[in-house]
Amino acid sequence: MSKVEPGRVREDEHLIVEGMDISGHWNRMFEQRVLWSHDTGPLEKLTAITGAESLAYCYQCGKCTSACPVDSVGSYSPRKIFRKVQTGTDLLTNPDLWLCTTCANCLRVCPKEVNMISIMPALREVAVTEANVPPELQKAFENTFQHGNPLGEPARKRADWVAEAGAPATILPRERRPVDVLFYVECYWSYHPRGRDAARAFARVMEKLGVDWGILGPEEKCSCDSQRLAGERGLFEMLAEQNIRTLAKYEFSRMVTSDPHAYNALRNEYPKLGAEYPIQHYTQFLAPLMGQLPWKRRLDYKVTFHDPCYLGRHNGEYDAPREMIRQIPGLQFTEMFRCKANGYCCGGGGGGMWLDSFTGNHVTERLSERRVREAVETGAEMLVVCCPYEVSRFEDAVKSTGNEGRLLVRDVIELVDEALR
Amino acid sequence: MHIAVVVKQVPDLVEELEVDAAGTGLDRAWVKMKLNEFDDHALEQAVLLKEAGGAQVSVVALDGEGIDQVLYAAVARGADRALKVDAGTQEPLDSRRAATALAGAIRDLGPDLVLTGVQAADDLFGQMAPFLAAELGWPHVSVVSQVEVAGAAVRVQQEYAGGRMATLEVDLPAVIGVQAAPQPPRYVPVSRLRQAMASGALETATAGAGAGTGGAAVTQLAKPEAGRGAEMLTGSPDQVAEKIEALLRERGLLRG
Repeated sequence: MSKVEPGRVREDEHLIVEGMDISGHWNRMFEQRVLWSHDTGPLEKLTAITGAESLAYCYQCGKCTSACPVDSVGSYSPRKIFRKVQTGTDLLTNPDLWLCTTCANCLRVCPKEVNMISIMPALREVAVTEANVPPELQKAFENTFQHGNPLGEPARKRADWVAEAGAPATILPRERRPVDVLFYVECYWSYHPRGRDAARAFARVMEKLGVDWGILGPEEKCSCDSQRLAGERGLFEMLAEQNIRTLAKYEFSRMVTSDPHAYNALRNEYPKLGAEYPIQHYTQFLAPLMGQLPWKRRLDYKVTFHDPCYLGRHNGEYDAPREMIRQIPGLQFTEMFRCKANGYCCGGGGGGMWLDSFTGNHVTERLSERRVREAVETGAEMLVVCCPYEVSRFEDAVKSTGNEGRLLVRDVIELVDEALR
Repeated sequence: MHIAVVVKQVPDLVEELEVDAAGTGLDRAWVKMKLNEFDDHALEQAVLLKEAGGAQVSVVALDGEGIDQVLYAAVARGADRALKVDAGTQEPLDSRRAATALAGAIRDLGPDLVLTGVQAADDLFGQMAPFLAAELGWPHVSVVSQVEVAGAAVRVQQEYAGGRMATLEVDLPAVIGVQAAPQPPRYVPVSRLRQAMASGALETATAGAGAGTGGAAVTQLAKPEAGRGAEMLTGSPDQVAEKIEALLRERGLLRG
């Protein structure tokens, strides 16, 4: 892309093209437009970075602006990012670099395939290499490096949740044997108090189903997908290599995980490092088995459901969690207006989980708060989720939007467990 | 300008610490070690000086479990050389013994300035910098929050109680105990760390005779005993305020 010299553009007062007189003021659209007055250097600098090339494809149609969740609470969207860069913003040192949650709704509608899921991690990697990282995110990176989880919890306590599950879970490093299902618990189900509730519910449901399953316990480390998307590719590669080595020590016939981000990593990213696994999200594993469960009670709740971006748009699974909701006796289900392929983002993806205060300074409200309002509007009394990031995000948002007592947030596995008691 | 940064590891308090069976040390089976945060600031200060006016930065540590990664991280952060000093033990030494063990290697390195953390979790008296200075026979300033080069001296900001600061000039060579760098320690990207590890450029030195002697012997290490608990004042805000006032008067903490 090079600058067009204004002198090279000719404007004629009268012009006849192929016998047609097209004279008139409207042909002033051929005038130099304002964008030529800006240096294209900053844009070319970014699009020269491997992975960020497609930013150059944007032709400013603006379809992404109506799809971008961050734009609905601020002034964002890929079209706007492109324009800001075109007019001189250095994205590598601008807060905008960190606001994208890589939810992929823009890519879904983009006619030019401007791929922010590739662009943002590539640009962030350059910023990270220059040690330009928001402090909150830096802490999550350092915790992941030091302890194998972004929460900064001790590695040896990773399987402590099992003790209070009231159902067995085989911790493979302690009890070495082949299992049918290796359950990749991931960090938030391992450590976050509300995540642990879901993990324990999962263990009880697995016991009812008689599945032979085990976990890696203290040897499991973060799958690191969100850290990768937040720009720490070196950290992702290091932990992925460690996880691949650990997984090679144990015998199992398939893998199930709690976390759509881990699912995405194991399904789409680890194979690029030479490790392929038969991996399912737990909703995919459980949906076909729901008919075998000995239901004990009806749950008369009005519920709605939030699609995780990394289960839905990124990996095309919309039906499994809905099938689980359909089969739990008693639930009355209503969709939110933004759902499935057009599902709204909770704000936690792409590193957003660890940028809450930072992002809060650049948006009018959190994405999780906007989403909670949408859930309340459906008349539902419960927001059902199936991603470990979401329970805490939405429970906080219920409080901060003043909806306490009006909306409960539950992982779908908690409802299955409740209906079996 | 050649700056030596002396670093060490301390137990990461994410893990619960247990006293070992002998009752004189930590049970190290589950203890994870990490870089002393004040040493982290000393390193950041050194790298800032390098960026500001050009300097060679050498990072120095006693050998011990996990120290290689700490040294490689320092190289990834901007240190030019990393030196591991073998004092004949993998066990952590107290500051007195560490200073004697390190002094010879530092003298051989010949730096103009030595920076180290003002204190550590196992050196709350902040003895490392003064002991090092005494071993080397150089001037010393501790509790420093900024270092600038001023010709053949450095100008430092020393922190006092009550938020007071002093600006001091110290002739070189000198030893400085760093409380805080002017900016938080920068992030070390894992890709850089791995590059540094792949380069494998650690130098080693052996502590001289007499190194690692002296110091204090720990006779007992124990967890603090829980007190009998706090007294909770109850009642309306006015009643609670009256009780607080009465307590303060009773203990002679209020005038008039």
